[in-house]
Amino acid sequence: MRAAEQLTGEFMETISSLFSYSFMNRALFAGVLVALCAALLGVTLVLKRYSMIGDGLSHVGFGALSLALAFNAAPLAVAVPAVLLAAFLLLRLSEKSKIKGDAAIALISSSSLAAGVIVTSLVSGMNMDVYGFMFGSILSMTRGDVFFCTALSIAVLVIFVLFYNRIFSVTFDEAFARATGTKTGLYNTLIALLTAVTVVVGMRIMGTLLISSLIIFPASTSMRICKSFKSVIVCSAIVSVVCFIIGLTVSFLLSIPAGASVVAANAVFFGIFTLIGRLSFRSE
Amino acid sequence: MTILTVEHLTMAYETAIVADDISFAVERGDYVCIVGENGSGKTTLVKGLLGLLSPKSGKIEYHGIKPSEIGYLPQQNAVQRDFPASVKEVVLSGCIDSRHPFYTKSDKLRAREALEKMNAEKLLYLSYRDLSGGQQQRVLLARALCAAKKLMLLDEPANGLDPVAAAELYALIRSLNRDGGMTILMVSHDMHSAVHEANVILHMDTKVLFYGAREEYLKSEAARRFLGQCAPPNN
Repeated sequence: MRAAEQLTGEFMETISSLFSYSFMNRALFAGVLVALCAALLGVTLVLKRYSMIGDGLSHVGFGALSLALAFNAAPLAVAVPAVLLAAFLLLRLSEKSKIKGDAAIALISSSSLAAGVIVTSLVSGMNMDVYGFMFGSILSMTRGDVFFCTALSIAVLVIFVLFYNRIFSVTFDEAFARATGTKTGLYNTLIALLTAVTVVVGMRIMGTLLISSLIIFPASTSMRICKSFKSVIVCSAIVSVVCFIIGLTVSFLLSIPAGASVVAANAVFFGIFTLIGRLSFRSE
Repeated sequence: MTILTVEHLTMAYETAIVADDISFAVERGDYVCIVGENGSGKTTLVKGLLGLLSPKSGKIEYHGIKPSEIGYLPQQNAVQRDFPASVKEVVLSGCIDSRHPFYTKSDKLRAREALEKMNAEKLLYLSYRDLSGGQQQRVLLARALCAAKKLMLLDEPANGLDPVAAAELYALIRSLNRDGGMTILMVSHDMHSAVHEANVILHMDTKVLFYGAREEYLKSEAARRFLGQCAPPNN
């Protein structure tokens, strides 16, 4: 009894110490917002078979951040426009050109990763900053980033609520949506651009190599059990935020990179949801 | 009264001409079936009519309706088959209006009525991906009905359906045409049922081989060759 009390006491103490660091508070606040945006955008991207766009864009982001670091420029000021441009190009390429979408993403992403690595090793050598870009760091969130995240997530939420029905229509059946007068190109571009900004902001915490999981996992997890679009959206948002909080707490307790533990939490949830989906399917 | 006129329409992908110098006029209440072999430009023509592809040359004119008021039943794609959406969400998406961001009460009523017309009101709260192929087509037809004022364009509606489900679907389309006064343009490579259902036939092979009433078509050279080639007629 006393041991249990002591354990709870210790746990509470750890949790409260967790939030006594201002960098932790910033990481938690910004991270939750990014997780929320990524989850919402992820539902459309996964359903439209554009999952790898997040991955491709994060590599472009890595290239841009490395360049910014090498030339002492403000990271976001370089990365945001570069990734926006890449997102726009990727959409155009997969729509119009003869290079297929997945190949186009791989081409652009590996090229920018290579550019980033070359520039960094020429200018400063591979150092801790590069390691941080690759695997993320919760120390990286500045006050400015937090404002940026807040603005971004408000934009994503407002757009999602206002255009919810159209986003559904464009995701479910682009040909029908276009035929009935919805400007599908506009919505595709909008989603790609919002994804680009989400990726740039999120990759600072999650890392280049892991940010795409924030987009792909929550949607895929929810689809195991949810049967309507609305429930998938709501469930993804909740799963994403919960996984982020769990992941960040665990990363603090075990001193492991936050990105990795958030992905691990997502993977566990995916497993649980898959199991529930299988069981409920069998019982029907 | 004419609802649609197409004059000297040519459609092309880059330099390859897929539909060449197509001209025809559709009267209100017609049930037109567009037939032809694979690659004869049927689907391309439909995309041109809907404004999904812009024509290389020629004119498409609607009389009394806007292109966005056409009910469209596209061929199903791989994304849709396992898409997590309720039937209600799918049918309502036919009611999207460029002025309102949200669905109104009358939209919801319209969606329900469309499902009733398709004998599918029981499906309202089910998940689209759990339905059979025939049920999915009826739901998509209900969605098209929500968007349609007077004209519907159906691209291979019975594709992949078993004969019973196909016959049910054709019966529903027939009732829309006869009882609802809906003008129907249907693409089909299922020649025999097409000739059975429609009253006007457009037979194309890049160019128009025949356009006119079904009775005339059955006597024509184009039909004899095409029908004979698909399957020997029973009588």
